[in-house]
Amino acid sequence: MTATGHERNQSAKAHVKREPLFHVSKRDRIPLWKSITIRAVAILAALLLSGILTIFLTGENPLAVYKYYFVGAFGSSFKVWNTLQGTAILLGIALALTPAYKMRFWNTGAEGQVLIGCLATAFIMWKVGGTVPDGLLIPLMLLSALAAGILWGVLPAICKAQWGTNETLFTLMMNYVAIQLVECFLKVADKTGSNTVGPNLLKNGWLPKLGGQDYLLNILVVAVLTVIVYVYLKYSKHGYEISVVGESENTARYIGINVKKVIIRTMVLSGALCGLMGFLLVAGTSHSIDSNLVDGRGFTAIMVAWMAKFNPFFMVLASLLLVFLDKGASEVSTRFGLNQDYSEIVTGIILFFLIGCEFFMNYQIHINKSRLPARWRKEAVADKKEVQ
Amino acid sequence: MFPTIIQFIQRAILQGTTLLYGSTGEIITEKSGHLNLGIPGIMYIGAISGVIGGFMYKQSVAQMNTVLALLIPLFSCLLGSLLASLIYCFLTVTLHANQNVTGLALTTFGVGLGNFFGGSLIKLSQNMGSTATSIALTPIAKVYKTKLPFADKLGWFGDIFLSYGFMVYLAVILAVVAALVLNKTRVGLHLRAVGENPATADAAGVPVARYRYLATCIGGMVAGMGGLYYIMDYTNGIWSNNGFGDRGWLAIALVIFAIWRPLRGILGSYLFGALYILFLYVPVSMDKQPLLQMLPYVVTIVVLIFTSIRSKKESQPPAGLGLNYYREER
Amino acid sequence: MNETVSEKKVALELRHITKRFGSEVIANRDVSLQVLHGEILAILGENGSGKTTLMNMIAGIYFPDEGEIFVDGEKVTIASPADAFRYRIGMIHQHFKLVDVFTSTENIVLGIRDDQRFNLKEAAARVAEISARYGFELDPNKKIYNMSVSEKQTVEIVKVLYRGADILILDEPTAVLTPQETEKLFAVLRRMRDDGKSIIIITHKMHEVLSISDRVAILRRGEYVDTVVTKDTDETALTEMMVGHKISLNIERSDPVNVCDRLTVKDIRMTTREGVEVLKDINFVARAGEILGIAGIAGSGQRELLESIAGLRHLDSGEILYDNPKTGETVNLCDRTPIQIRDMGVRLSFVPEDRLGMGLVGNMDITDNMMLRSYRKGHSMFLNRKSPKELAEHIIESLEVVTPSVSTPVRRLSGGNVQKVLVGREISSTPAVLMAAYPVRGLDINSSYTIYNLLNQQKKNGVAVIFVGEDLDVLLELCDRIMVIGSGKITGVVDARCATKEQLGLLMTSDTAHKPTAEEESASTRTEEEKSIVTATEAGKGEQQHDSNRT
Repeated sequence: MTATGHERNQSAKAHVKREPLFHVSKRDRIPLWKSITIRAVAILAALLLSGILTIFLTGENPLAVYKYYFVGAFGSSFKVWNTLQGTAILLGIALALTPAYKMRFWNTGAEGQVLIGCLATAFIMWKVGGTVPDGLLIPLMLLSALAAGILWGVLPAICKAQWGTNETLFTLMMNYVAIQLVECFLKVADKTGSNTVGPNLLKNGWLPKLGGQDYLLNILVVAVLTVIVYVYLKYSKHGYEISVVGESENTARYIGINVKKVIIRTMVLSGALCGLMGFLLVAGTSHSIDSNLVDGRGFTAIMVAWMAKFNPFFMVLASLLLVFLDKGASEVSTRFGLNQDYSEIVTGIILFFLIGCEFFMNYQIHINKSRLPARWRKEAVADKKEVQ
Repeated sequence: MFPTIIQFIQRAILQGTTLLYGSTGEIITEKSGHLNLGIPGIMYIGAISGVIGGFMYKQSVAQMNTVLALLIPLFSCLLGSLLASLIYCFLTVTLHANQNVTGLALTTFGVGLGNFFGGSLIKLSQNMGSTATSIALTPIAKVYKTKLPFADKLGWFGDIFLSYGFMVYLAVILAVVAALVLNKTRVGLHLRAVGENPATADAAGVPVARYRYLATCIGGMVAGMGGLYYIMDYTNGIWSNNGFGDRGWLAIALVIFAIWRPLRGILGSYLFGALYILFLYVPVSMDKQPLLQMLPYVVTIVVLIFTSIRSKKESQPPAGLGLNYYREER
Repeated sequence: MNETVSEKKVALELRHITKRFGSEVIANRDVSLQVLHGEILAILGENGSGKTTLMNMIAGIYFPDEGEIFVDGEKVTIASPADAFRYRIGMIHQHFKLVDVFTSTENIVLGIRDDQRFNLKEAAARVAEISARYGFELDPNKKIYNMSVSEKQTVEIVKVLYRGADILILDEPTAVLTPQETEKLFAVLRRMRDDGKSIIIITHKMHEVLSISDRVAILRRGEYVDTVVTKDTDETALTEMMVGHKISLNIERSDPVNVCDRLTVKDIRMTTREGVEVLKDINFVARAGEILGIAGIAGSGQRELLESIAGLRHLDSGEILYDNPKTGETVNLCDRTPIQIRDMGVRLSFVPEDRLGMGLVGNMDITDNMMLRSYRKGHSMFLNRKSPKELAEHIIESLEVVTPSVSTPVRRLSGGNVQKVLVGREISSTPAVLMAAYPVRGLDINSSYTIYNLLNQQKKNGVAVIFVGEDLDVLLELCDRIMVIGSGKITGVVDARCATKEQLGLLMTSDTAHKPTAEEESASTRTEEEKSIVTATEAGKGEQQHDSNRT
């Protein structure tokens, strides 16, 4: 027995160069603390890398750079509110996307669904504002924003349900249709040819300030939404149907779920929530509109939802992290006279690391075992005993 | 009237060439089973890498050499797009990450990178002791835009077919080469097998990971050249932030329009190019122009719906598109 | 022939091979075995005994954690399928590894890297030549998606031969073939063996082991048991080695009592979206207290038939009549959704062949999978997880499901336990009709017998059981009547107590047995699929003649 074992090790060594150095196998499950550690390491590594990048570009002391991240995000009460409201909007869009993604409906059109909600809100503010009291105007804005968002979400859903039309590209294209419609509105509403329709033209229909804070209402609405979406997905029959359709359409058909109905219903919901976010963005935050108002958050929200594994509470953390980075990097770029797009690069880097670190949660890496012969032999003996 | 039509065709081709690079690159990529939504980002990276290369070269010499003025931006563009594609490959092939999410992250990163350097290149170079005040690369653009020598002597024929810089022809050549390689060679057969059914290709001894890396990197480099063409030829060497716009996404949409055939991609690109600039030629009021600018997207949507209704076996995407391959999956 | 076995040279040798998946699953432990030149070695073992994993290591799909492989006495490292080809090893996988949109030639040359110019025409000529040498019928330019199962298998075999393999591994090659096609395949394999090639055939069917192999290697729970010379052993001895203890291989079949018609299917026809006619004038009756078996080549319309009864498919015409045992009423299920069928008071349960893709949701836990059938109950918009959880616990206990807890995702359970969960849920609603498609596929012997017993129990309870099976021996032992389906048509119904396997096999391929109607005669309505099956049948006849000439 020892002789063969010895022989085996020797010949294994002789062939080490041709055997794969390490090999990868799938993990069954990973303890929570491990997955948190892996993510934390990834975030730290990403921060380190972007710090190095910043130092390379600015020649500044690294600690000063990191300090400005915090200054940018939490440096004053104004900045804190700004960060929170940014988080709320990003989180809100991610929440809007979640039911669709749970259903494996690749909705890349949140950008357009939110923007069209913005447009509907702004259009009502511009056209109807001043002729009716705000008490009537605001519900009207809300309704039109919801309707517009639903329209943008449900068109691809109907085609997907009916003919299996690729929803990724359909929803993507709808973004640009929305952008061009906004451009159209800008040209009609503001004859001066500026690229934005601002508060001077959208005077009525602003959402009320709660407790004197501009953004508190937005934040509260999204906080409530977080809980509602969580409960809807986890405990409602609709949420269960969404999961079944997402996991396996065949199973859904098998138990008699009307798959088409669920796809359309879910996208009505998803579109409506996007429309709601557009409404909050215009009526609650910006009081203006331009074609870049959503600013890529429709796409960032996809990654927020995905990184949080579609759990609304994890999404709070994910969106806070991304907004923190965004605000921090903006601060850094202002301080050092860099371009604002610097924050996109930092966001990109952190996303790469977070995406990459999933691997270490789903897979195990085995270093070539012939290097640890004694230990492995021991385990093999132990295994045999168990069986007997 | 006639000159307008010729001008319209010329501009459609000029506009369509960017899309052609992008769609050829994405077709090559998708044939390997990778749905690379990072292509818009890669095109930005390709463009800005070319700009940086050209800018550095222009700053460092007094008199530019024509050949180097052409080759340095080209190689920097290829290098930049290659590195961006490698990020995508490393995450999706080696680390088995979700392709859509990786692609979107790459686009965020790439667009940010392009706009960042586009906006900060002057300041950064000043930090490093340069005195330049703008990134005008017009001399380099001039090299890129050199027409064929006999273009002006052949009337309308010369105008429509011969009046472009070399990258317009290169785009067509690349598309034709891609079609030939995909359909007529062993490498093409293996690549298509990897995209259709990676497990089968693997069992037959085709190195799946290597093919996916290779196709995605080559595809990314081809797409990156679209960005370079846009800056060096289409906009005469002048970078403006977000100027490249949504062309990357249109290129991805074109892949569907072309039903994964590079030759159809050539026609589709010019058609989309024509739709893209149609608003300049149709007499409508300023405020209605955006409605015409909407056309390429609406056409894409209509084509999407139409092909999905017909659902022919020949017009289906590669069966393994968007799915990562892990040999020991069980 | 067997006398010379000991003098033959060793072609392939495995020594102390171990392979783990994850930290818990050991697929193979310390397996050593030898394959000789010019022999057919059967690898026998239950489902889950590690046969396929072991072979995948020889073919380069998996890499062993420990152990060595020798080819012709030389130690080799096989890290990829390309390495395996280099040592002239070729494997024909159970789930065919073919690219659907490619032609057979394109599939055959796939992965070959030689110095010759890439020329598909020459390759096609070589494919034709190899086919002729071994007596295959193969169209080199036919696309795979137009092929029947046995044609696809032929492509796989030619693919391996084209590369000049000397060691051929076949993983469960007969699972999808009729008895006649199986005989044809075996004839080819014998011819190859006589050519000096080494053939390894994985199977768990005892009679095939006995008829084809020279020696048998037995695996049990990932471990090597023994290798025996086939002619010196018998079924009982092999089974004992395979299972590890004595088992009775008889299914207890009780005589049907209180038989009455429960489900009457009349003239149903179905055409798919692509215009392929998959069900043609199907007529039959399923009776309460009886097990009705359905036999046929895979893909002959079994799936479509069951799914249309369950309300998942749209029919062109016909009726599905259900006699309600409680009210005595007769209702038509045709073109109703599963919900409507349930609302009509029809107690119909369905165990589909695709367990994790249709019957269950792999990523959901046992409780949530129980809820699939019952979540709609009540008017609340929220879910009630209490009674599904109780049901889950009940099934785990009564059917002895091995699982860490009720909140374990079902995809982590072994095949047998997954099936117990599914069957348990389906019979928990006390059905009047129970349809089960390939319910023992991939299960080990013990789990299979648990399922057979459950079906027999249902029959005794007066349920009309419909059982779609692939193993003709099991069908003949378990069922009361067997209906044979070929190319979407019923080709015969036989009494299981007196029918033979050969009889069933002939019916399976005789889609022309029925008098063809004028409409069916016209070539335009004949689908590609049908044509290919007809070709296969004709080819089969030719082959049989050839064989009889040889003997």
